[in-house]
Amino acid sequence: MENLEKIVASAMHDFAAVTQIAELEQVKARYLGKTGLMTEQMKSLGKLPADQRPAAGSMINRAKEQIQALLEARRVALREGELAEKLAAETLDVTLPGRGMAVGGLHPVTRTLARIEALFRSVGFDVAEGPEIETDFYNFTALNIPENHPARAMHDTFYVDVQHLLRTHTSPVQIRYMESNTPPLKIIAPGRVYRVDSDATHSPMFHQVEGLWVGEDVNFANLKGVVQDFLQRFFERDDLQVRFRPSFFPFTEPSAEMDMSWGDGWLEIGGCGMVHPNVLNHVNIDSEKYLGFAFGLGVERLAMLRYGVDDLRLFFSNDLRFLKQFN
Amino acid sequence: MKFSELWLRSYVNPALDSAALSHLLTMAGLEVEAMEPVAAVFTGVVVGHVVSVAPHPDADRLRVCQVNVGVDALLQIVCGAANVCADAKVLCAMVGAKLPGLDIKKAKLRGVESMGMLCSARELGLTEVADGLLLLPSNAPIGMDVREYLHLNDHLFTLKLTPNRSDCLSVTGIAREVAALTSCTWQMPVFDAVPTSVDAVPVPDISVSARAACPRYCAQVISGVNVNASTPAWMVEHLERSGVRTISAVVDVTNYVLLELGQPLHAFDLAKLHGAINVRMAHAGEALTLLNEQEVILDDDMLVIADASGAQALAGIMGGAASAVDVTTTSVLLESAFFQPDVIAGRARRLSLSTDASHRFERGVDYAQTQYALARATQLIVAICGGVASPVTEVLGDLPTRSPIRLRPARASKILGIVVSHSDVGDLLKRAQFDYVDEGDVYTVTPPSYRFDLTIEVDLIEELARLYGYDNIPAIAPVAALQMLPSTELSRSVDSLRNVLVGCEYQEVITYGFVDAGWEADLAPDVIPVALKNPIASHMNVMRSTLMGGLLDVLQTNLNRRQTRVRIMEVGHCYLAQDDGYAQPLRIAGLAYGDVVPEQWGMAARNVDFYDVKTDLINLCLPHILRFEAASHPALHPGQCAAVWLEDVQLGWLGVLHPALVQKLGLVNAPVLFELAVMPLLASTVPVHGEISRFQAVRRDLAVIVAQNLTAQSLLDAMHSAKIDNVIDIMLFDIYRGKGIDFDKKSLAFRVLMQDNQKTLTDSEVDAVMANLMTLLQQKFNAQLRS
Repeated sequence: MENLEKIVASAMHDFAAVTQIAELEQVKARYLGKTGLMTEQMKSLGKLPADQRPAAGSMINRAKEQIQALLEARRVALREGELAEKLAAETLDVTLPGRGMAVGGLHPVTRTLARIEALFRSVGFDVAEGPEIETDFYNFTALNIPENHPARAMHDTFYVDVQHLLRTHTSPVQIRYMESNTPPLKIIAPGRVYRVDSDATHSPMFHQVEGLWVGEDVNFANLKGVVQDFLQRFFERDDLQVRFRPSFFPFTEPSAEMDMSWGDGWLEIGGCGMVHPNVLNHVNIDSEKYLGFAFGLGVERLAMLRYGVDDLRLFFSNDLRFLKQFN
Repeated sequence: MKFSELWLRSYVNPALDSAALSHLLTMAGLEVEAMEPVAAVFTGVVVGHVVSVAPHPDADRLRVCQVNVGVDALLQIVCGAANVCADAKVLCAMVGAKLPGLDIKKAKLRGVESMGMLCSARELGLTEVADGLLLLPSNAPIGMDVREYLHLNDHLFTLKLTPNRSDCLSVTGIAREVAALTSCTWQMPVFDAVPTSVDAVPVPDISVSARAACPRYCAQVISGVNVNASTPAWMVEHLERSGVRTISAVVDVTNYVLLELGQPLHAFDLAKLHGAINVRMAHAGEALTLLNEQEVILDDDMLVIADASGAQALAGIMGGAASAVDVTTTSVLLESAFFQPDVIAGRARRLSLSTDASHRFERGVDYAQTQYALARATQLIVAICGGVASPVTEVLGDLPTRSPIRLRPARASKILGIVVSHSDVGDLLKRAQFDYVDEGDVYTVTPPSYRFDLTIEVDLIEELARLYGYDNIPAIAPVAALQMLPSTELSRSVDSLRNVLVGCEYQEVITYGFVDAGWEADLAPDVIPVALKNPIASHMNVMRSTLMGGLLDVLQTNLNRRQTRVRIMEVGHCYLAQDDGYAQPLRIAGLAYGDVVPEQWGMAARNVDFYDVKTDLINLCLPHILRFEAASHPALHPGQCAAVWLEDVQLGWLGVLHPALVQKLGLVNAPVLFELAVMPLLASTVPVHGEISRFQAVRRDLAVIVAQNLTAQSLLDAMHSAKIDNVIDIMLFDIYRGKGIDFDKKSLAFRVLMQDNQKTLTDSEVDAVMANLMTLLQQKFNAQLRS
């Protein structure tokens, strides 16, 4: 039986010397194969007296089990080693940049407009649009600005022909919308507008958002409430205050200039007012029954304050280095 | 409107400091654009009398002066100014005075003690230039603080007035407003009218032909005037602090009354007028040389003051040169009139003029003050220039009327969103100095003659709110019924298109709607662009008919800034003239230039090409399936240009920039461009679930050899339109030209996917489908199966 212990010890040694799984199978045959050492041991049982056979058989079986366990352990160890080697060989530099396309981005004015639209939509304002080449009628006359009115001089207008111009504000969208919809109505009208003016704080083309709410019970205090709510949400500042100053727009009465608290002072942010009865009457809305308010906000102005842009002209320079800051 | 605070305070003097007064005006809608002190901050400067001047023992340029500043002892002051002389009245900064950037101390100048400094205007921050000592009039009271003597504790206010507030285009008008805002008392200028004399040269005959345009015309002759008299210092001060240069006494008086009362006046030299005066509309084409030497050709809707020889003044805008007051004038005809705003409005602008008179008349001048302003001017002229005044001639027509307006306190509350009681309204109306009658539940208000902006109830409600204070109106969130906005899946938003392109690495740009006509000629030679009548610059003179110009411009801008890879897109309107106006289609366009992917380690560098951008377009338009057809576009490469179709609508174009333009723009590579109409792309559908087959799909390949010039699309179209059963997709996966294929042929390989919802397709069914397709291609395109 000493012999059995030797065989197990030899198997352990042989298995340990093997480095490849395929080789291990060959070594296995040497011990457990048809002509292997353990098979020979079993065959030698027959030579023993009958009363010794069961004890010897069970010893051989135990040794065989030991060898099988050693074999399996070695097999697992070799497999793991091979996997580890394979994995090591497949290791990537995960810090290398990804391959292929990057993504682009939206213009900061578009981004600002989207933000404005989302805020107003959240309280039920619909979005309306109108043409940029507008008629004199919609841009001025229907807004209570007759020909030769001094207010026209305040709008340095680009003309296309006698009756057509580039709209100087988004207010004509109010008229177009009210012509085809009945109150109550609640819209904002974003879009490009044009004025003959160009310097660090004026661009000949810029964006406005017009807001309009017509209903039976809307008032000047509500106008202040809506504008203040919007500005607080837009700038994410609950302490932001809105101040109204009397002003003049032919299409609103009372009219106000909107100022917003900013730092230690106030900044002009747009114009607003209660829709002038003449404007409502023009579009056949009963100005005794319905009241409305309207406001106009400069989009670039909001974007400049929000994102710290100090020169209006940057928006239309379309310098990719500028634009990519907003991606 | 610019004026001096002290002048204003001579009519109304509320207990407010300058900053508070400024805030009050701004918050009442009279925006203070600027408020600046007339002089720098300084103390300790008094009126000094130079008693004697002696040379300095050790310096040629210095003088030793003995100066009386009203105390017992004379001050010895060393002065370097060339214009110092004995008996002069000067500005004397005494020891202890604080000047801008300088404290005056007892000093020794080259060994001579000096007890102060004699000052120039610049040293006190009165002017920018140093011009020797500022010499004061001989009657300046010795020892008086010069801030008091020169009225230097004053501010210059500049108001940015809205066009409705013509009543505030005068100092007294602002005083009236301040009185209403503060409940202070105020007063108009106090003066004794000059008695008229029958001995004075009479006013010529005056008639008004244009009665509606000129409802009130008043004139008075002042004869025997000395036009060379000097304008008194107080008037010069008021004019200068209002930004008006002094010219001559008579003109200064008319300017002064304009500022004081808001009534534009005109002084004619009576000797230069011929015969009777007539206020009439101009004859079309009539010429007139104005005071500023500008010759204008008049239209027949312009009002003139004419004499027998023709137009002598453009009414309400500017006088004529021929009848202007000059140094030889001895008699003036002084005009004070009311011209209707709509007869003056726009005329000055049409002639590229803008005058103080036209600015006021087109907004509205108080027609109740015409005679008063004339009397005021006459009084001042006679006081300064002497002379005698004739009786006034007045031609009166139908003056504007102020209709009473019903004002309901309840309506005011409803519009403003605050509770305004009946008595509140009464109090505010009283403060506003309006005529009103309390009729129980309403007030009847008659607006004053100086307010041209009050015609309906809501105008008065704005006045109430103004006096109440806009600041006192709270911000209140509106209350309304909650109702969700409709949200359709039948269309998608423009933003969703932008976002697809952003995902394809396009950077959005926004370019001007107006472009250089040259770009349009290059990119869209067949379109006559919509031209601007008054472009801001010659390179922005027409409206774009394509977005490509703006994209190419942005490309060049960025290439000049050393960007080598540019992928940009814009969503914007284009403008096209049509019979009944202008079409303004919304388009989406893109441009890709340079490497197809950003420079990197993982992929070989290559330039972006037609097919790269084609994929972007296909993704942009999904779920719509686009069709691309070879076509030609003047801006695009003739062999690399596709018309892009969605069903039977051409959406636009995709192509590589034409080599001629690549060269013209000096580009190294050719950019790929696309431009599509947006609106058709916004249509969408609600997805409907269909059955997914449980049976395996079968893939078979079909490679055919066809003529080189056949388009892949034509084969695909033929196979799709045959609608062979069980075919669920056909896709081109390989193109081959070269060895083994005739030079005028090419091989196209299609992958055909087949599937049945009810059963697994048998080999013979699949073979039959493939045979069908092959036969079809053979018959239609003479295709051969590639073995």
